[in-house]
Amino acid sequence: MTAKVSLRGLYKIFGPNDAAMVDHVKTGMGKATLLEKHRHVLGLRDINVDMQPGEITVIMGLSGSGKSTLIRHLNRLIDPSAGEILVDGQDVMKLGQSALRDLRQKQMSMVFQKFALLPHKTVLENAQLPLSVQGADKATCDREGRKWLARVGLEGFEDRYPAQLSGGMQQRVGIARALTANTDIMLMDEAFSALDPLIRTDMQNLLLELQKELHKTIVFITHDLDEALKLADHLVILKDGAVVQQGEPQSILLAPSDPYIEDFVSDINRARVLRVRSVMGPINGDHFDGEVDASRNLEDMIALTGGDTNLCYRVTDGGEVVGQLDMKDLVKALVPRVSADVPPA
Amino acid sequence: MAAYDGVIDGLGLRDWCDAGKEDAPMSMAQLLAQSGGGETSNGPALPFPSLDVLHEACGRIGQTRDLTAGIEQGFLAVRPELKLVLDPLTQPLSWMLDGTLWLFQATPWWIMIPVLLLISWWVSRSASVTAFVASVLLFFGFIDHYEVAMQTLSIVFVCTGISILLGVPIGIGMSKSDRAQRMIVPILDLMQTMPTFVYLIPLIFLFSITESKIYGIAVIVYAIVPVIRLTDLGIRLVDRDVMEAADAFGLTAWQKLTRVQLPLALPNIMAGVNQTIMMSLAMVVIASMIAAPGLGSLVLQGIRTIDLGVGIIAGLGIVLLAVILDRVSKAALARVDNTRKEH
Repeated sequence: MTAKVSLRGLYKIFGPNDAAMVDHVKTGMGKATLLEKHRHVLGLRDINVDMQPGEITVIMGLSGSGKSTLIRHLNRLIDPSAGEILVDGQDVMKLGQSALRDLRQKQMSMVFQKFALLPHKTVLENAQLPLSVQGADKATCDREGRKWLARVGLEGFEDRYPAQLSGGMQQRVGIARALTANTDIMLMDEAFSALDPLIRTDMQNLLLELQKELHKTIVFITHDLDEALKLADHLVILKDGAVVQQGEPQSILLAPSDPYIEDFVSDINRARVLRVRSVMGPINGDHFDGEVDASRNLEDMIALTGGDTNLCYRVTDGGEVVGQLDMKDLVKALVPRVSADVPPA
Repeated sequence: MAAYDGVIDGLGLRDWCDAGKEDAPMSMAQLLAQSGGGETSNGPALPFPSLDVLHEACGRIGQTRDLTAGIEQGFLAVRPELKLVLDPLTQPLSWMLDGTLWLFQATPWWIMIPVLLLISWWVSRSASVTAFVASVLLFFGFIDHYEVAMQTLSIVFVCTGISILLGVPIGIGMSKSDRAQRMIVPILDLMQTMPTFVYLIPLIFLFSITESKIYGIAVIVYAIVPVIRLTDLGIRLVDRDVMEAADAFGLTAWQKLTRVQLPLALPNIMAGVNQTIMMSLAMVVIASMIAAPGLGSLVLQGIRTIDLGVGIIAGLGIVLLAVILDRVSKAALARVDNTRKEH
């Protein structure tokens, strides 16, 4: 599988003389030293990430970790100090002004944390924006705009103004606007962070539902690990502008490579996030108390067994037997690994 | 013996001074001294080394009146060229002022007043504002000031229109470049703080007093400032997140300007237009000194002949005109503001 978007050795340093500072950073100068000695701020350091087509890549980090800077490199709202950004194998850095505009219109759309809707336009006009910018005729704009607004659950709100809608509804307009662009790639910059928790869950479900049907390449930025684990096919964890760990979210959860990530994952409700697939072992017995699907989460399993740890299940995935689940392993997996005492299940 | 002879000698400038010695016109101090009976005046022991004082010590140093005369000479020297460029450039302004003036006066009152009321209604969408405008216009008619009020109004219309036409693009240019802003702001400050009478003088030198553009220019130079400032401000205040979204969806520079920046800056631009209207009205009164017709000329007449009644009625007329123009433009501003916040 070739990556839809690849970042290769991406560096970003903020300051008047950033290109010259890249060498200092490459030879190991830290953020603090760079700021103190050269008055330049280190934004991103040696980022290498592949984003697969049809997957949700979540980039997670605390504020100041460079995640918003990173996502703005993909459509070059921010230019890197060094490195390559490949979209479908094409280096975005080599695009001229009009080719870059073309890329932004037709290949990438973006959803913003603060919605960034046009306050003087109606909901429908906002949703149509990407098409009308490209010069599509009014009928097409209208049809597509209405279609996607309906798809995100905003039928009947077309003629309202953004200020008349709640935050959650405004962000639905933001998503409809990005969908109307009909791009393969969707960039979501903390898209749900400004919403309250219940609405946020709704929006996450909406996104997953849309993704099931549309198979877009989504790059999602968040500072919330629960959200990251719920959405991610591929999780990238960023700290101080560098990638500390990336991979399949379950494996990061079970095998954090860094005390920073351990801290992160220790607070998570593991039973809800971890799935049978991640904690099962190879078949080595012949007595099973039943069959379970590999995609069930551990919370489900505990409810199923009523807390009995002596049981053992055969695990199936699409009708095929893939392993066995000993409930004792399950319980062990629920305890976060603290500084390498218990090996991962 | 002048006070600074010693200094001139000490600097070794004596020869240079004497080389160009001639009978310079006498300074005021010398004149006074002469008329005082020929005795040598002993001023303060150490007078401030001004141009006049230094001139006494050294004839080659000019007097202060040479400075002001020099400015006038310089201006007169470039006048033909300046006139050559400015005259044709500003000629349309004369045509517009004369044409609009003619239109406002030739149209009978029973067409003009309803048209003005329709404009008020269309701009403000407010019945009370329109009713107020109607009562003021009828009052002008009633006290036989309708004609002069229309003259003033026509000048305000033309000058405000041109100020917007020129000011908004300048404001846009300023908002795009910090350097342009740094260069233009001092000029705007100068235009606004320079006493308004002062720029009437060069205008009289440049153009004939019979041309109407002479007062048109005076009004526009004074009134264009707020619309430039507020266009610049309005565009700079447009939400950065929205601008980023516009970039992310690949809007061209023109699309960003027309679809995002100008509409979002509109409330500020309208506030600038309101200010521009008020300032052009204020300037029309002063411009009556260079033959601008209208209520201002009545004020001037009142001053000249010390005619209290004429002056006060004309002055109150200007106030009333200012109030209706302000109410109508403010109502328009409020309407623009509302479409985006309300409900």
